[in-house]
Amino acid sequence: MGWSWTFTLQILPQLLDAVKITIGATIVSYLIALVGGLLIAFARRSEVKLLSWVTGGFIEFVRSTPPLVQLFFIFYVAPHFGLRLSPFTAGVLGLGIHYSTYLSEVYRAGIDAVPRGQWEAAVALNFSKTQTWMRIILPQAVRPIVPVLGNYLIVMFKETPLLSAITLIELLGQAQIIGSNSFRYLEPITLVGVFFLILSYLSSLLVRRLESWLQLNQKGLIN
Amino acid sequence: MIPIGVCEKILPSLLQGLGITVQLTIYSAILAFFVSFLAGFGRLSRFYPLRAVCTVFVEVFRGTSLLVQLFWLYFVLPQLGIWLSADLAGLLALGLNAGAYGSEIVRSSILAVPKGQIEAAVALNMTPGQRMRSVILPQAFRIMLPSFGNLFIELLKGTSLVSLITISDMTFQATTLRTNMNQHTPEIFGLLLILYFLVAYPLTLGVRWLERRLSTGRS
Repeated sequence: MGWSWTFTLQILPQLLDAVKITIGATIVSYLIALVGGLLIAFARRSEVKLLSWVTGGFIEFVRSTPPLVQLFFIFYVAPHFGLRLSPFTAGVLGLGIHYSTYLSEVYRAGIDAVPRGQWEAAVALNFSKTQTWMRIILPQAVRPIVPVLGNYLIVMFKETPLLSAITLIELLGQAQIIGSNSFRYLEPITLVGVFFLILSYLSSLLVRRLESWLQLNQKGLIN
Repeated sequence: MIPIGVCEKILPSLLQGLGITVQLTIYSAILAFFVSFLAGFGRLSRFYPLRAVCTVFVEVFRGTSLLVQLFWLYFVLPQLGIWLSADLAGLLALGLNAGAYGSEIVRSSILAVPKGQIEAAVALNMTPGQRMRSVILPQAFRIMLPSFGNLFIELLKGTSLVSLITISDMTFQATTLRTNMNQHTPEIFGLLLILYFLVAYPLTLGVRWLERRLSTGRS
């Protein structure tokens, strides 16, 4: 069975429609991961020992178990506690929570890299805790880690096919449906692969741009 | 929390799946290890066509998603006349995917060996083979170990995907159990998460220990 271009053109619109869901799911779960990661990073640094200890355990647990199983857990267990989640909600929650633990480590590295003197200066200037974080620490902590955060966006993009396992009809799910209806898997699944390849190539170019742009700015600051 | 009676019903099937999960992890890790070195050395080769082939391989397997690769091997290859069993498709997808990531570990570790070491080996009149074997690789190997440890953990987590192509690993057993005893879904998936954690966490601790050990006396 060879490649059929007629069939390719025929299924392309359906696949492109599904791309929207893939992109939507990526963006929403990425936002959850960005905010969740920051909250986890704060909780981990909390002076309340219990909170920081529990958060640490949570990070270890989530990172040591497969995201697919976490998705199953959220999607299938929640209804038993009276919470019926749509595949999309369960999916973005699952991916978002999983990657928030990774992003919290990224934030932590960024926060640790802010020089001690900046903290001391903030104390000396009588800044409140919120002011210190919002105006002094976070702006400096986030900038050097922007490229790393960008990389995680690419990583999460490539993880969205997992959502097809909990019946969300994103790109891979759509390709599977086309395949089982037409008995032709060659074109749909290959197209999905090509799509991800193009996308991750473009986004890695973008991240590299971002990296050099940030460095340029830093040079500008020093000189 | 989990009633003992329910546990007795769930645990045997999960443990049976755990056996498959562990086996698959080990076999695909071995494959990934070989692929890592082949592709890693290939990308450092002076021979352009070899370098190009290895680069394309690495970019394709890193740029598309593991699940897509798994489905491609399992659903598409038969349509091109190549029949793979589910086990083989799973093993290949996991091994090649992790191998592509691993080749970057090999490549960057070799490049991380200080240039002076290579110059010294040249000055001592070593052949390229000797240089690699007795000067570069032993040092690069130390740099690689923790990253390979992390890759191994990722691989273990990745094996859960093979449940979607009907290999009866631990996750597959859980989804089967769920269709038969839906009222116990929380216990089934809760136990499944705990079992994965119990296997993966010691590995995490091991990698951390290795990292500390290899960095003692170094700044």
